[in-house]
Amino acid sequence: MKNENLYNYLLGIADNSLVLGQRMGELCGHGPSLETDIACTNISLDLFGQVRSYFQYAAKIAGDNRTEDDIAMLRKEREYKNVLLVEQPNTNFAYTIGRQFLFDVYHLAFLAELQKSTDLTLSAIANKCIKEVSYHERFSSDWVKRLGDGTKESNQKMQDAINDLWTYTDELFHQTDADKAMVAEGIGVDVTILKENYYKQVNNLLEEATLEVPESKWFQKGGKEGIHTEHLGYLLSDLQYMQRTYPNMEW
Amino acid sequence: MSTKNWPLWEIFVRSKNGLEHRHFGSLHAADAEMALENARDVYTRRNEGVSIWVVESKHITASNPENNGELFEPAQDKVYRHPTFYDLPDEVKHM
Repeated sequence: MKNENLYNYLLGIADNSLVLGQRMGELCGHGPSLETDIACTNISLDLFGQVRSYFQYAAKIAGDNRTEDDIAMLRKEREYKNVLLVEQPNTNFAYTIGRQFLFDVYHLAFLAELQKSTDLTLSAIANKCIKEVSYHERFSSDWVKRLGDGTKESNQKMQDAINDLWTYTDELFHQTDADKAMVAEGIGVDVTILKENYYKQVNNLLEEATLEVPESKWFQKGGKEGIHTEHLGYLLSDLQYMQRTYPNMEW
Repeated sequence: MSTKNWPLWEIFVRSKNGLEHRHFGSLHAADAEMALENARDVYTRRNEGVSIWVVESKHITASNPENNGELFEPAQDKVYRHPTFYDLPDEVKHM
């Protein structure tokens, strides 16, 4: 493939939205209240819409017969490049919100930079996505504050979720070879420069929510290289079931 | 998460600029800010609106259906309150 770095770069971005979208979609019919159920599935649909834009572009770059669906549905676990954070399960609503919040703050800053990409398709996608993600970030931040600054029980659950998910945050700012190549060409975002502001923003909100900023300095990594936690395989088996069982099936 | 104690909110949505807000339905939320966000997700996700009002249901004073007789029936036989007894000039359109 001529543009292999760009192809891999697109997958790196899109897989985050795909896997998080699948996680939020799992709450369809299972949300804690009717209203939050719809909110979570709306976020899921926003993310899937974004994924389609990235994968359609990736399929065009690949230049063979593969389609957006092939890319989404027919890869193996090791070929998914999403960060470990987004594949973590919906243990309870605090985890769902914590995961969303820790990703949204990053996602918003990332898209703001991606708008400046010299690749016009990518900057156009970023331009469209950023409005959706601004709302996601508002929604998840509000809920972190509500749960953190709520009852003793909600505070404890929110704190537990943040403590457990914290170890996956550093990976957001790691660079793959494809990332580095794309940054050098002015197409990609240098995620390392987003890190300082990310933690500043997250820490401020956690304080506002009367939560403690975890002190752990030990971080998990690997998702961007295809080395995932045990949760991704189960998620993919749900996601891919229909295409694997009835190959080439169309809606 | 317990939503049992969340109050009920009435949701009004303006579907286009220039039109009035119309009552769309009701939902539960802990406060006004959450009611707005919930209303955005529940009632405007298919592009139905450009503006949302939320009002906590307890602030609405409603007429009592038992009083419908005295409130509404007297108007039923007063056709002369409709402006239907005038000949409209042809030049006036869109009435």
